[in-house]
Amino acid sequence: MHTIRLTVNDRLEIVEVPAGMTLLELLRDRLYLTGTKRGCEIGECGACTVLLDQKPVLSCLVLAVEADGRDVRTIEGEIQDHRLSTLQRAFIDAGAIQCGFCTPGMIMAARGLLLRNPNPSDEEILEAIAGNLCRCTGYEAILAAIRAAAGGDRDA
Amino acid sequence: MPDLLRYVGQPVARDDAVAKVTGTAQYTHDLAVPGMLHAAVVTSPHASARIVRIDTAAAEALPGVRTVLTGDGLCYQLGLYMQDKCILARETVRYQGEAVVAVAADTLDIANEACRRIEVEYEPLEGVFDPREAMRDSAPLVHPNLHTYAHMEGVFFPKKDSNIAHHQKVRKGSFDQAFADADVTLSASFYNPPVQHAPMETHATIAHALPGGSAEIWTSSQSPYTVRHLMSVAFDIPHADIRVHVPYVGGGFGGKAGLGLEPLAYVLSRAAKRPVKAVATREQEFNTLPSRQGLHSTIQIGASAAGDILAFKATYIWDAGAYADYGVNIGRAAAYAGAGPYAIDHCWIDSYVVYTHKVFGTAYRGFGHLEVLWGVERAIDMLARKLEIDPVAFRRRNLLKPGDTTITGEPFTPGHGSPATCLNAVADAIDWPAPCLPAPAGKVRGKGIAMLHKAPAMPTYTSCSAVIKLDEDGAADVLVSGVDYGQGTYTVLKQIAAEELKLDIDKVHVAWECDTAFTPYDWQTVASRFAYMGGNAVIEAAADCLQQIRHVAAQALDVSPDELVCEAGTVHPRGRSERSIEYKDLALGYSFPNGNSIGGPVIGHGRYIATGLTHLDPATGQGLPAQYWTYGAHAVEVEVDIETGEIEILSIVTSLDAGKVLNPKLAVGQVVGGVIQGVGSALWEGFRFDPDGRLLNPSFVDYKIPTAKDLPRETKQIFLENPQPGGPYGARGIAEHPMISVPSAIGNALHAALGIEFRELPLTYERILLAIREERADA
Repeated sequence: MHTIRLTVNDRLEIVEVPAGMTLLELLRDRLYLTGTKRGCEIGECGACTVLLDQKPVLSCLVLAVEADGRDVRTIEGEIQDHRLSTLQRAFIDAGAIQCGFCTPGMIMAARGLLLRNPNPSDEEILEAIAGNLCRCTGYEAILAAIRAAAGGDRDA
Repeated sequence: MPDLLRYVGQPVARDDAVAKVTGTAQYTHDLAVPGMLHAAVVTSPHASARIVRIDTAAAEALPGVRTVLTGDGLCYQLGLYMQDKCILARETVRYQGEAVVAVAADTLDIANEACRRIEVEYEPLEGVFDPREAMRDSAPLVHPNLHTYAHMEGVFFPKKDSNIAHHQKVRKGSFDQAFADADVTLSASFYNPPVQHAPMETHATIAHALPGGSAEIWTSSQSPYTVRHLMSVAFDIPHADIRVHVPYVGGGFGGKAGLGLEPLAYVLSRAAKRPVKAVATREQEFNTLPSRQGLHSTIQIGASAAGDILAFKATYIWDAGAYADYGVNIGRAAAYAGAGPYAIDHCWIDSYVVYTHKVFGTAYRGFGHLEVLWGVERAIDMLARKLEIDPVAFRRRNLLKPGDTTITGEPFTPGHGSPATCLNAVADAIDWPAPCLPAPAGKVRGKGIAMLHKAPAMPTYTSCSAVIKLDEDGAADVLVSGVDYGQGTYTVLKQIAAEELKLDIDKVHVAWECDTAFTPYDWQTVASRFAYMGGNAVIEAAADCLQQIRHVAAQALDVSPDELVCEAGTVHPRGRSERSIEYKDLALGYSFPNGNSIGGPVIGHGRYIATGLTHLDPATGQGLPAQYWTYGAHAVEVEVDIETGEIEILSIVTSLDAGKVLNPKLAVGQVVGGVIQGVGSALWEGFRFDPDGRLLNPSFVDYKIPTAKDLPRETKQIFLENPQPGGPYGARGIAEHPMISVPSAIGNALHAALGIEFRELPLTYERILLAIREERADA
């Protein structure tokens, strides 16, 4: 077992984890942050996307111990002061949600993009979410949502 | 003149949106029950084999393992239309990927380790993997005891000592004579591979077998009541002793109709005396749980020189895989819809649902229709070319119109909507028949058009219900047991309830968990029938509430109930709004100033049952199978790189005669999403098997579904509103339809671009490139 210290959504967590535990398992099964979804566990669907030091990662492919000393942000950290972020609001307004299972990972991938590139082109948006599978929406509304949120206030 | 609608037809935002963008929407994947164990299964590496020996000793000895089950003690036959499935394989395995042994343990890691320690010895048997071969007398039987299986009598006809689970016939007129009289004929064969639904949430169930024989189940399902009913039948438990909860569901597309992991989780829980959670891995979602059936089609059409279709014949051979408990109904639906939306006097269709030793099939969005229309709509184009008639004009000439009858003898009426207007709308939108703009060097372009239709394929007695109860503050809670697994029906029902109750929409709430202990009956959420049937049930439940409100208000105001008008959450005598009473003062009963009280809590109920449907005549297929039909069309323009075979979709236009668009924002979302799913079926998706029936691509690595980078350059949605008699506000279902004829439209466009007839899906770059090279070699 390893003791790790990490920040999750601005809160310090000190946890004991086995060497083989993934960040996804840590978030969902130990910290009960079930907003991050488990879709394939081999890094092919993007449902488990979170930010690690502000960069999107597939949490099913990151070991929990790799997050030691680092900053993790999940969908639960996207809401600030009980208010939806511009990005979350844009997903609602654009009709970018259907079953919702890909939505947390999709929003975190988009957040990662907007942090490094506040004004992405459509091509850059599509590239950034190309690893996040959505079976319901056909992506058009998701593209529209991220486009609408880009350039808006970061609210965080 | 109807009142102006406040909510119905408006782009109201999804009711579930905030829960989903904040990660607080809880799916079965996210749930836990105290004391819960975790399940894992051992699956068969063979497609057809006898189970010789199973050694579970090493697994049972592992600390943390609570129970290990094999099929031996599980003498249950399960299924929706046909009880042909076991919970775990017994004596033989019928497909590679079939569950053979199951473990419940304290953790998933322990359960998986236990599975690795289980030894199963198999004696491989001869398998049959092509349904056409499986129909031969010499073929090995997938189910030697087929004739003993319980099934829906009078509707499905399994054939003893064969692999044919069902044979659906349609016979109208005299095909042979009419075909002989035709000036021009066409014969062609087509193929669709099995395809996976790939919902982002894999199947998941928590089951708790309770002392005394009752059970509580949480499950990612489209069908809380059907799960309850089938569990009741299978395990001989009274319905009321099984409680099924369905929380948020991460996609279904038909794959979560009927039964999924519920029986397995239940028997594990019963053996372990603890709740058990079973979650399909992504590989199991592909390889153990069901897919869309494959289809081999052979189509013959005869037409007059003037372009009238005189005769149509089709043989549809469905690759059911190892089980057909749902698949039989796909074979049935595909037959009665199997000639497309055309007026055909002489029709002959045989639709065979055939067992093979492969992963089995079930409903998948628009079931049966994408598959048969791949062939029909390609064949219509091919015949139009032989006739030297424009394919749009050829279709227009033969589409169903009032006065015609369908191939099952159903009169076509104006209430069916307008297939011709759907066709014209998409043709105009892509400027048919004008040629494409010139393509860049090395590329060619083409346009294609295809029609679509579908009716809900469901039992003749399909029903549903709704309850509306008023809260202390005069708000309304709507309870239903249809599942909103992303399609948006709850939002639409909320709009309808607000409209009917004359209540602000913010005061209407649809309960987001189905629970068979509290939410009222609904058959299954399939077949694009929930907004239609549930909408009607909500309308009736709202009327019941208003009648109760009027009845009490009439006494309170000392007027006749007929004089009362409901408006904006209040009720008052017509023309005398100063005497209004708010719903909140009636919701629990009304109290007079002196304290006397009357009425009581307002609870309305509404119901709907399919009306007038008949079983199809077994010999002729004649009858009324459809509560309503939804018609539509797609037009696409494609660009193909002739050096690489790469295809880019420049535009897809879709028209649907929706009857009434209840929520334009959700309707557009359904169409875009369905169209892109159709693009997946058209271009990339399809199971590949090795010669021994092993699935070669059970993952997103080897089985590609559309990504954000595969978006067409442009999509367009056109809705017609020719009202459906009996539909809520005139609406028809539109959820499945957007994906149905996308492959055929693309296939037709590819012919226009390349002059090559594609007959097999998917239209991969590889297949296109090989066809281009073959064409060049021939030239």
